[in-house]
Amino acid sequence: MSFGIPFTPPEASSIAGSVDTLFYTLLAFTAALGLFLTVLVVFYAIKYRAGSKAERTGERARSLPLEVTWTVASLLIAFVIFGWGAVLFLRREHPPPDALEIAGLGKQWMWEFRHPGGQREINELHVPVGKTVIVSLASQDVIHSFFVPAFRVKQDAVPGRTTNVWFTADEPGRYHLFCAQYCGTQHSEMGGWVTAMPPEDYAAWLENQGKGDTLAADGEKLFRALGCSGCHEKSSKVRAPDLAGIFGRPVALDNQQTVIADDRYLRDSILNPKKEIAAGYDPVMPSFDGLVDEGEMQMLLAYLKSLSPRATTKSEATQ
Amino acid sequence: MSTEALRPTSYLGEGAGPAAWLLTTDHKRVAWLYLVSLTAFFFLGGAFAVLMRVELATPAGDLVSDDTYNRLFSLHGIIMVWFFLVPSIPATLGNFLLPLMIGARDLAFPRLNLASWYVFILGSAFALVSVLAGGVDTGWTFYTPLSTLYANGFVSMAALGVFIVGFSTIMTGVNFIVTIHKLRAPGLTWFRLPIFVWTMYATALVMVLATPVLAASLILIVLERVFGIGIFNPALGGDPLLFQHLFWFYSHPAVYIMILPGMGVVSEVLPCFSRRPLFGYKAVALSSMAIAVFGFLVWGHHMFVSGQSAYAGVLFSFLSFCVAIPSAIKVFNWSLTLRKGEITFETPMLYALFFLALFTFGGLAGLFLAALAIDVHVHATYFVVAHFHYIMVGGMVTAYMAGLHFWWPKLTGRMYSETWGRIAATVTFLGFNLTFFPQFVLGFLGMPRRYHTYPPEFQFWHVLSSAGAVVLAVGYLMPLLYLGWSMFRGARAPANPWGATGLEWQTASPPPPHNFETMPKVDRPAYDYAMKGLRHEAFSPHKDEAR
Repeated sequence: MSFGIPFTPPEASSIAGSVDTLFYTLLAFTAALGLFLTVLVVFYAIKYRAGSKAERTGERARSLPLEVTWTVASLLIAFVIFGWGAVLFLRREHPPPDALEIAGLGKQWMWEFRHPGGQREINELHVPVGKTVIVSLASQDVIHSFFVPAFRVKQDAVPGRTTNVWFTADEPGRYHLFCAQYCGTQHSEMGGWVTAMPPEDYAAWLENQGKGDTLAADGEKLFRALGCSGCHEKSSKVRAPDLAGIFGRPVALDNQQTVIADDRYLRDSILNPKKEIAAGYDPVMPSFDGLVDEGEMQMLLAYLKSLSPRATTKSEATQ
Repeated sequence: MSTEALRPTSYLGEGAGPAAWLLTTDHKRVAWLYLVSLTAFFFLGGAFAVLMRVELATPAGDLVSDDTYNRLFSLHGIIMVWFFLVPSIPATLGNFLLPLMIGARDLAFPRLNLASWYVFILGSAFALVSVLAGGVDTGWTFYTPLSTLYANGFVSMAALGVFIVGFSTIMTGVNFIVTIHKLRAPGLTWFRLPIFVWTMYATALVMVLATPVLAASLILIVLERVFGIGIFNPALGGDPLLFQHLFWFYSHPAVYIMILPGMGVVSEVLPCFSRRPLFGYKAVALSSMAIAVFGFLVWGHHMFVSGQSAYAGVLFSFLSFCVAIPSAIKVFNWSLTLRKGEITFETPMLYALFFLALFTFGGLAGLFLAALAIDVHVHATYFVVAHFHYIMVGGMVTAYMAGLHFWWPKLTGRMYSETWGRIAATVTFLGFNLTFFPQFVLGFLGMPRRYHTYPPEFQFWHVLSSAGAVVLAVGYLMPLLYLGWSMFRGARAPANPWGATGLEWQTASPPPPHNFETMPKVDRPAYDYAMKGLRHEAFSPHKDEAR
């Protein structure tokens, strides 16, 4: 900051520093190359201006060794930058263990978050410093994008699927939260603040918010209200797959294939149950398409996940 | 003026009524039809941009409403991409010059050429009606399900306009490919072709192969929006990411449709005003083809944070770095072309040098976007806006201006004011950088694109950018005035004012209706500036303003 004019965004997450190292290295390299070419062109333009006395004899307008050299050099440099960027990028797939999972729902034009204890907030997100937070994103309508510049993270929230983004805030403060994917009339108003606070302050904040039901508990209520429990519980007369421990487990299908019961599978099984039928069961389940909205879907998924403790973080990462 | 009387009638002199122009099949006149229409669209799209920049001078949304702002950037994008940039150089300079450069009387299919303009106008009518009826608010990218279910503008109308214009693009592409294959003058082998022709060829290939995919995806949007057929909307069983794959499969190659012709123009201008052959001719020719081919394999780099598989992201990042190589090769070759030259700095050369600078820096900014971890941060921010404007405006429009000034004597038979030309080029360069450089900083700070309002701490950079936009607008309005003036009052141009090597300079300015009095034969390579008798005569006999 100088004279109140910002030149760089705050670095407030565990990955921000390493992303910036790559950014500044690339900035130094491109500035050097760009300046070198500019100086070269200006130098030629002056030296070889019409009527100057510069030496112009010899040499055809090509030089194979030179051309091969700059082609190979460009390739090598490009591969180094590629590799560096890719290695940092792939960390997105591997959040540190023991993450705090917060459900994020994008809708025209607000972000709604639910903490594991059931606390809800709109266009505000409170997170503890030093603890990895996974925001599992869904969208109620169009594509939105969860963007916190200070954390160097961004992830689209796509209707009809769950995507995840993780970060570990390492500097307390209030940081911009934006929607980065154009989503209609009030796109630029869709955002707010992420507040990173010391863990004890976060705990106090949660306490202050009062405890609602947890997301999973809400999901369980819904599970009963929608009649899912009627078939899927052990005591049921209708034969339907037992859902205890389902999340993250392989499921054999009646077409000889096997899929992992991840977010995508569970969501599809609720909305479009005829698509993938568990082997050995009759395709009798009705579709709940139109009966559950995205917020309720997040509750149901949270409940199903809660039936298989410890499985979450692993397949969480892959969308 | 006895010489005047002896001069064979030029293509401009053959019939002056509206019918003589609107029913012409002369590629040179069709080029003018396009030039006039595209100029109108350029200033319309530019006016939308200026309105946006004025709105963004303050953080609050105080000039226009959010819905209006969203329509402004959507229409700016739609018009500039499909109604200016894609056809710009190919349909105007390409149409005019391609037959002249290869020693042909016309394009292979003159009537198809005229038809392509009518199709263009039909598509334009749809786009303009959608503007007048209330506009479109989807962004130029038409992302689903926003465009199919939620947007309340005249989306189907605009999409149909773009769909129709696509056919005009395909017609031009087919025409160019056949012309270059079949109508080259005796002795004009592939490796004697001017680079401009090579880039027209590469562009035409991409036009023919990519545009149908755009057409298909736009039709699918209309089907879903109007008939409720579920293709992209998950509530109907569709997949929103499918649209992005289809759209970018066209739209990434389309940026090469937009930049390759610009590369062609500067490859003509730099050797001419350096009096040197193009350095590494074959590498430049082949790298155009490499760009056209690789350009089809990188679409996924627009989708690194879309929910696409991370490993697909890694592959697309790798391929994106590969496509950077042929562009780098070209920049090196252009720079080295100046070496040992006899360089003069007329208006086209100034534009070409500014192109070189802006394209280089814009291209280098592309490395940041191709690098995955950085893209996660700067994706969908002003960094991307700055990057593509450096390439599309700083690169393509600057090259277009270079070409327009370079071939203006050939198009009109008149010289323009060199002083005003140089001033305009310089104003454009300064205005451009003032407009778009601050946007790199904004993007790195995290300012998302397509925002009607923004946090106050970003204002300093937005004010710079808005001020630059005004300067830039002046830079673009000036040529409109002095070029327009020169059409009627400018000094008569000789056949080859710059002493350039291309075949187009061996015929009169303006050329006769069938281009050449005698069919040219070619027995030497392109850019043979060591050739005897070539003289740069533009401003020695006809000094500025002297008529």
